[in-house]
Amino acid sequence: MDLHAAKMIGAGLACIALVGAGIGIGNVFGSYLEGALRNPGAAATQTTNLLLGFALCEATGLFGLVIALIILFT
Amino acid sequence: MKMDPMHQFAVEPLGSTAPLFQIAGHPIYFTNQSLWMFIVVGSITLFMAIAMSKRSLVPTRMQSMAEISYEFVANMIGTASGEDGMKFFPFVFTLFMFVLFSNFLGLLPGSFTVTSQIAVTFALAAVVVLMVIITGFIAHGIGFLKLFVPKAPLLLLFLLVPIEVISFLTRPISLSVRLFANMLAGHTMLKVFASFVIMLGGAGGILSVLSIAPFFLIVAITALELLVAFLQAYVFAILTCIYIGEALHLHDNH
Repeated sequence: MDLHAAKMIGAGLACIALVGAGIGIGNVFGSYLEGALRNPGAAATQTTNLLLGFALCEATGLFGLVIALIILFT
Repeated sequence: MKMDPMHQFAVEPLGSTAPLFQIAGHPIYFTNQSLWMFIVVGSITLFMAIAMSKRSLVPTRMQSMAEISYEFVANMIGTASGEDGMKFFPFVFTLFMFVLFSNFLGLLPGSFTVTSQIAVTFALAAVVVLMVIITGFIAHGIGFLKLFVPKAPLLLLFLLVPIEVISFLTRPISLSVRLFANMLAGHTMLKVFASFVIMLGGAGGILSVLSIAPFFLIVAITALELLVAFLQAYVFAILTCIYIGEALHLHDNH
């Protein structure tokens, strides 16, 4: 198998990390919505934690994407 | 015709290809990245100077935009680092405005996103972590190393302390790669959909009419990218505040 084909396969496999990102982000927002529907008054105090949790989850998935780009372009 | 979504991130010298000067054998050029960094800093300065030029007690619309950005960052520091974190306000405000403006200005067609380069984001993250370490050592002396020792039985500490040290050392990497990867992924997606529009439009017949669909997708993704630009600037700033708060107060209420 030549190098270019192996690089393509490697980059595709590295993108499987984004599955975890999807599950994590869905979890974060789902829990926020559930809590906010039970206790609407307290929902506004947790928006900071919501956005922080979302960004940290997204970052972990994007680390996999960066590995895919590194494999593909070097 | 080869369409390459990565070409937009190429850093190229502007004007003449002669270097401006040399530092220790490395030639320093004036690149498109330097130009856009000047544009970002210039627009922040212009915005703040013009908005606050008339210091009226009842703010006009421009002045209230500047005041809103000031209060936003001040609230962020107050909640995340406590009251003695307020002396870091200029640092965090500069970071927040720089990242925000360079993310937003990168969405203009034909521009270059400064924060889509790992060199730039890593430099910012390294400055943040250096600031945290220096603050911790000034505030607590050698006792700053107690940050890595949570309250746990002695046997667990043999496992926990290396984990804490490693997670501290990966902070600059995670901070920089988060911002870099978000900007890179967003702009690459926009370019790929733009190439779909061109390829469908050039195919002729019914496919040329269908090329309107990726175009609407580009509009939707640009809206998402506006949100992501603001969110990434906010997350960079608030993580900076949290790390500074940890350095100032160690484990006080954990």
